[in-house]
Parts: sequence; C-alpha cells; structure tokens
Amino acid sequence: MLTFTLRKLLALIGTMLGIAVLTFVITNIAPGDPARLVAGPNATADMVETIRKESGLDKPLVEQFAIYMGDLVTGDLGTSIVTTRPVIDELKRYAPATLELVFVALFLGVVVGVPLGMLSAVYKDGPIDHVTRIFSISGVALPAFWFGILMQLYFSVDLGWLPVSGRLPLVTRPPDFITGFLLIDSLIAGKFVTFQASLSHIILPAIVLSFPCLASILRVNRAEMIEVLQSDYIIAARAHGISAWRVVAIYALKNALLPTLAMIGLRFGWMLGSTVLVETVFDWPGVGLYAVSSALASDFKPVIGVTLLIGFFFIISNTLVDLAYAWIDPRLRSA
Amino acid sequence: MTPMELSTDRPLSFAERHSSKIRQWRLYVHMFSQSFSSMLGLGLVVMFLVLAAFGPWLAPYPGDTTGSIDLANRLLPPDAAHWFGTDEMGSDILSRIIVGARTSLFIGLVITGLGAGIGVPLGIIAGYKGGWLRAGIMRVTELFLAVPGLALALAIVAALGPGITNCVIALAIVWWPGYVRLVEAKTLAVKEELFVEAARSLGAKTPWILWHHILPNCMSPIIVKMSMDMGMAILAAASLGFIGLGARPPAPEWGTMISVARSYMPDWWWYSFFPGAAIFLTVLGFNLLGDGLRDILDPKSRDR
Repeated sequence: MLTFTLRKLLALIGTMLGIAVLTFVITNIAPGDPARLVAGPNATADMVETIRKESGLDKPLVEQFAIYMGDLVTGDLGTSIVTTRPVIDELKRYAPATLELVFVALFLGVVVGVPLGMLSAVYKDGPIDHVTRIFSISGVALPAFWFGILMQLYFSVDLGWLPVSGRLPLVTRPPDFITGFLLIDSLIAGKFVTFQASLSHIILPAIVLSFPCLASILRVNRAEMIEVLQSDYIIAARAHGISAWRVVAIYALKNALLPTLAMIGLRFGWMLGSTVLVETVFDWPGVGLYAVSSALASDFKPVIGVTLLIGFFFIISNTLVDLAYAWIDPRLRSA
Repeated sequence: MTPMELSTDRPLSFAERHSSKIRQWRLYVHMFSQSFSSMLGLGLVVMFLVLAAFGPWLAPYPGDTTGSIDLANRLLPPDAAHWFGTDEMGSDILSRIIVGARTSLFIGLVITGLGAGIGVPLGIIAGYKGGWLRAGIMRVTELFLAVPGLALALAIVAALGPGITNCVIALAIVWWPGYVRLVEAKTLAVKEELFVEAARSLGAKTPWILWHHILPNCMSPIIVKMSMDMGMAILAAASLGFIGLGARPPAPEWGTMISVARSYMPDWWWYSFFPGAAIFLTVLGFNLLGDGLRDILDPKSRDR
C-alpha cells in the first residue's frame, strides 16, 4: 500500500506539472500578442510595450517558461487587470464558496443517487425503475443554466420560498473566516440565523449542480447492483435466511459501491467545471463566476488561475479515489 | 437452399449474396423499434434535422432571424401570432429557435467530427503500436482529461477571443481525448484476436490491418459515442454561448438567446424558457438515440 501511495503521489506531481505546461501553451496559442492579451483591450501601444518588458514577454519562450514555472511554484499567478489584486489572493477568497457548493451538491448526489439506484435495481422494470430511468436520462441532457433559471422562476419568484441568488442576504454580516464554508463557520460562531440564511441560499444552486451527478451515480449504482444481486454469494446469503433488506443494503451494496465510488470521483471534477455555469446563474461568488467575469472583461490571468486551480482539485480528488479504491480492494494495488 | 441450387452457374442476386447481412439489419431495426425511448430519441433527432435543413422556409417570420427591429411588438407573451412570444427587438422567438437549429447542428457536427477525426487515428495507433509512441499519446491524452472540459474550453476561448468559431475550436481541442481512450482500449482487445494474427502472418501491411480489421471492429462504440457526443457538444457550445463567449447577438443561437433573456427575467419568462427547451430536447434526443444504438450494436455494455 505504501509503494502504491508513493507511486500515485509521484503521478500526481507529474500531472500537475503537465497542467502547468498546458496552461502555458494556451497562453501562447493566442493568434495575437500575449502582451496585448495580458494588457487588456483598452491598453495603448506604450502600455503593451511596458507590460511586455515587465512580464518578460520579450524574452525567448524557453526562458519565459522557466519564469512561469518558477512563479507557479512560489504561488505567484500574476495580477488581475480589473481588480489590480494578485490572482492567488482572489482565488483564496473565492475557492471556499465553490468548494462548499460542490460538496453540498456531491452530498445530495450520493444521498439521493445511491438509494434510488439500489431501489430501481431491486424493483427492476417496475414503476420505480421507469421513473428513475427517465430521471437519469433527462438529468444528463438538462442544460444546467436553463434548469437553474427554471428553479429560480418557480421556487424564488412564484413561490417565494428561497432566495434568487447570492450566498447571504446583503444585510447579513458573514461569520468570521475560519474554514470559509459559511455553513460551518456560522455554526462555530453560534449564529443559527446566519446558518439558516446560508442554507436557504445554497439549496437551489446545489440541486442544479447535483442533478447530472445524481443521474450518473444512480445509473452506475443500478447497473452494479443488478449484476451483484445475481452473484452466487447473494443467493447463498438468501438461502441462509438472512433478511432480504440486510442482503441488499449490506451484502450487495458493499460490492456495488466500488464502481460508484469511481463515478463520484469523476463527477466531482465535472462539477468543478460546471460551477462556471451554475455560479453565473445564481451569482454565487465562487471561482467559476470569477473566471467568467474575468473572461468577459478580457482579463486573462485570473482565467488561467482558475483553470489551474480546478485542474489541481480534480487531480487531487482522482488520486484520493484511486487510493480509496486500492484500500478497499487490495488486488488493484499492483495495477 | 439445396446443394443443387448452389452448384448452378447463375450469378447470385443481391438479396442472396447479402442474406445474412440483411437478416442482421432486420433484427437491428426490429430491436430498435421495440424500444420506446430509442424511437423517441430518433423522432426528436429527425425533427431537429428537418428544422436544421428547412428552417428558413419553416420559420413563420424568417426576417426576424437576421436582426430586424419591430419595437411595436417587443416582448409579447405567447399567442396565436407568436407561439413562443417575441423578444426585446420584437422578433418572433419561434422563428429564431427554428433557424438556430442549423447553427447548433453545425456546431455539434464539427466538434464531434474533429474530435473523432483526431482521436480515432491516435487511439488506433496507440493501441496497435504500443511502446514509446503509445506512452506519448496516452500521456498527452490523460493530461487533457485531467482538467474538466468546460473549464479548459473556457480558458482556450478566453485566449482566442469570444466568438462562435473560437468556441468550436476550443471544444474540439477538449473533445478528442475521449476518443483516444475509447479506441485505444478497444484496439488493445481486438489486436489479440486470431484473425488479426492470421492477417499479419499472411503478410498484410500495418495500414491494411488497421483499416480493414481493427477499425471495423471498433466502429460500434465509436458510433454510439458520436451520437451521444452530438448532444453533449451542442450543450457545451450553448453553455459557452450562455456565458457570453459564444455567438454574438443577434445571431440566433440558443445559448446566446438565453444569455440575453436572463436580463428580462422573471416577467418575460418565455424568452428564456423556449430556447432552453429546444436545447434540452435536442440533447435528450441524441442521448436516447445513442442509448438505443448501444443496445443493439454493443449489447454487452448495456446499462453502463
């Protein structure tokens, strides 16, 4: 297990370097002038020239690459033109909001998706199975941004149950920054009103974000359960007179969860990507909204910063899933 | 057919020469038509193709798709004259959605085509050749798959500048690695088969083997993936349009329409509702079609 972990960590560092190279290539594929890209659309020729000198863009590509990698290692992601603040500071400010949203959505996806998958496997081809099938196919096809707008129209405008957008009401003072997760920080501070407010703000975006994730977790879990339920050890367990629910929920689910776990890891990264859409719809102040508003303002450094951050989170989660997999199933350690 | 008939010199008719193929196809058609969701998917896709092909003739107000302004009729709710209502320029939303089908289909075709066109050859080569070539191709592929597609596409569009062409380029760049992984895995399995070994021992050249033996045996999953990807590519392009990095208004693109419509929420709900429904039904259609194709072409991977 130790050598496996070390090998995975080494691969993790390799992929991170690779992503850094990829973002450097993206910066340099622009048909125009990278200095102009960094300077923004309203810069004069003089300003572009100054920026070219300042950011070392007049140096040869190899040297630029070395500087870029050096900056990355020291955590320097450049400066935003719009806010004139270092990108890394802004990422630190926005990342907790995105992670909080993704974790809540992932939680919803697992808590609803796994039992529904289990149920539709047990009652295969029954009414529950048909409903969940429609649910899981439409879940992947629903445009997140449109679904979000519909939810806002119904639950916020028509019914008035939940707030339309944002993370907290404007008049509410956020709790002291401890984890950055409002749900946790407000509880630590003992402010239940703030907790309630942040919970009511996170529900809609989390549901929208979790929908496709829920659909695919459901599908994988259903397929695995159907296969596992036909295996000999389940029949043996049944023959021993173990209660039907114990067999399904404990004996079978344990083995069906492995591929579901892989899907959860995959969907985590996918959700990080689609926060870009969900955060735009719900004005959720996370890295996705930050990337979009920067891209629209032709502010390039923050976009690359967010891409790197999302990529890094994704690789870390994939590595964790691989390790969990190997921990559960020792046969995979030699792979 | 008795042996006597076989020995006659009469040339066999088309139906006789291809009788097993025909039987196989009839089975496919039968299985496909038995499934409600497959037929629903096919129906949606056909409807969408018809709209894309004949849109300008089917649209009730074709002039409204090119940016004509009719402020007297702006933001009308759905009624008999304008089934889906009108937008802030007084254009008929139904007409704009119908004509937008062509844009979306074109985007989907180009992204999927480029993705498969780059990914399939690389996947076959990586799977068949092995060694450093495979290691190199697969490293680059995994690298692209290590960043969520939408985030990577956003960065590429930000570098290239907004616009529909740049969106298509960006999405094609993030789309090909999926095909490499799929085809590489399939090729690894197929190349161990006896008929490939037989072809090699008869002195067949590598390109011949790849084209005549490996590729045909990888086709089923590729077709299924391409059908699914048509939907997903259309969805991704609409997403970039929604963010504001895709087609520029007044071009009738569904995602861009919703992006503009968002500032007319909630009172003018129909403006964002109908373009979104068009995206949803199109993506759903291609997904169901892909699902149905998988059930008949690749039955072993069902439910995956």
